[in-house]
Amino acid sequence: MSANSVINTNNPVYKKRLLMHRIGIALSIGAMAFGILTLLWILATLLINGFSALSGAMFTATTPAPGSEGGGLANAIFGSLMMVGISTLVSTPIGILAGIYLAEYGEENKVAQVTRFVTDIMLSAPSIVIGLFVYAFYVANVKHFSGYAGSIALALIAIPVVVRTTDNMLRLVPNSLLEAAFALGAPRWKVAMMVRLRAVKAGVVTGVLLAVARVSGETAPLLFTALNNQFFSADMNQPMANLPVVIYQFAMSPYDNWRSLAWGGALLVTFSVLGLNILSRTLFAQKAPK
Amino acid sequence: MTQASKIIEISGLNFYYGKTRSLHNVNLDIHEKKVTAFIGPSGCGKSTLLRTLNRMYDLYPGQRAEGTIAYRGHNILEPGLDVNMLRAKVGMVFQKPTPFPMSIYDNIAFGVRLYEDLSKGEMDERVEWALKKAALWTEVKDKLSKSGLSLSGGQQQRLCIARGVAVKPDVLLLDEPTSALDPISTSKVEELISELKQDYTIAIVTHNMQQAARCSDYTAYMYLGELVEFGETDQIFMNPARKETQDYITGRFG
Repeated sequence: MSANSVINTNNPVYKKRLLMHRIGIALSIGAMAFGILTLLWILATLLINGFSALSGAMFTATTPAPGSEGGGLANAIFGSLMMVGISTLVSTPIGILAGIYLAEYGEENKVAQVTRFVTDIMLSAPSIVIGLFVYAFYVANVKHFSGYAGSIALALIAIPVVVRTTDNMLRLVPNSLLEAAFALGAPRWKVAMMVRLRAVKAGVVTGVLLAVARVSGETAPLLFTALNNQFFSADMNQPMANLPVVIYQFAMSPYDNWRSLAWGGALLVTFSVLGLNILSRTLFAQKAPK
Repeated sequence: MTQASKIIEISGLNFYYGKTRSLHNVNLDIHEKKVTAFIGPSGCGKSTLLRTLNRMYDLYPGQRAEGTIAYRGHNILEPGLDVNMLRAKVGMVFQKPTPFPMSIYDNIAFGVRLYEDLSKGEMDERVEWALKKAALWTEVKDKLSKSGLSLSGGQQQRLCIARGVAVKPDVLLLDEPTSALDPISTSKVEELISELKQDYTIAIVTHNMQQAARCSDYTAYMYLGELVEFGETDQIFMNPARKETQDYITGRFG
């Protein structure tokens, strides 16, 4: 005799509820499995095709000329690091300060409300539009593609991400904490910078890392701005090689060594983005605001 | 009980949340270096009254006060008053502990740095002094660089009291300071209140009638935004003049 006979598991209302519960769980697991399997499939394909391309030469040699043997991605890796680095340096302070402004004045001020609305539009704007915009106002005026133009385009994509996460994080800070700081007679800017921002430091850093992850895979905006460069170049004022555009061009080429490098580059970009995402999530999980 | 001097004189105070009037013509004096308790059922306006004394309501557009609150003879409701300097003189501790997201040391030093330029040594002394005042020193002296959030709820609340005391205010406003604490932490905070009144004027909002009876010198009973009765605590609890007060403190109502 099991205990179930005593607690009457035959209650029809309970049975119906149990059935609904099981259907719900099954659907959720199905949806989760679909998402995870897709991701695993992509990662597996990348690993199989890209792993063989990984070699020391990939990090030391520059992109090969048509028809030549071997070659690497050194110039593209360097170019991507430079442009993503500069766009991060530009977008982080602008994004965080704008996010603070929105969180502080977003409720009471028309300008802030419009800014928040425009930021939301920018957030979902197709990146190719951003690329064309930078092409029109910068590249067309200086009459050549350049690493700076690429950095500007990437920064324009990163800024709204940082603004939105900073704004969202700051608005999670409970009023009671702000009141406590005001109650000591602290002026508003000090409360905003030293108490409110500090309370969600980890969340804001997460936002910056997510923005870096977002822009490091962008191809379209770089096609119109940094273009590409077959040679190693550290001159930001000249066309610059970068991983996404090299992958885009090499993947569709007839040369085996090019396609292999494209797989290798794709593997590199994917795992950097994955790494950044995991890093930002663990960081956020450790220091989430109470 | 000897008559103490009046540090805050509230007269004809009305308070509005938008169009809703939540304080009706309140007249009340707070005496220097005494504990004044505000009691009454939820929503009676006791917290609202407390929050007018440091103009906390200023943070929210739509909230306004009318009447006069004279602090050492000067009306603090006047427009143009520097609310930051007022709040340096009239400190506040809230219902829920609100440690800042920084070290225990910096939690105390934060307020002090707003008004005083102290050397490292002087600041160390001040932090120790404030933590001793709040009876927290022995518990945290070895972990001053740890986050304020790492402390227990009762310790966090004493940290907040230390933070309020560290800027050497004139008046301390306590808004239900023990309602989120366990009985042992509560009794520690209550002991602290009796200690602190040697140097500070204290106004405390409490739901706990015994707490008001134990800690305070004066008690104000409020109901529906009006001050029903105000007087020396002994008199309010032993021999209230109004029947409503009697009903509330004996638990027949509220």
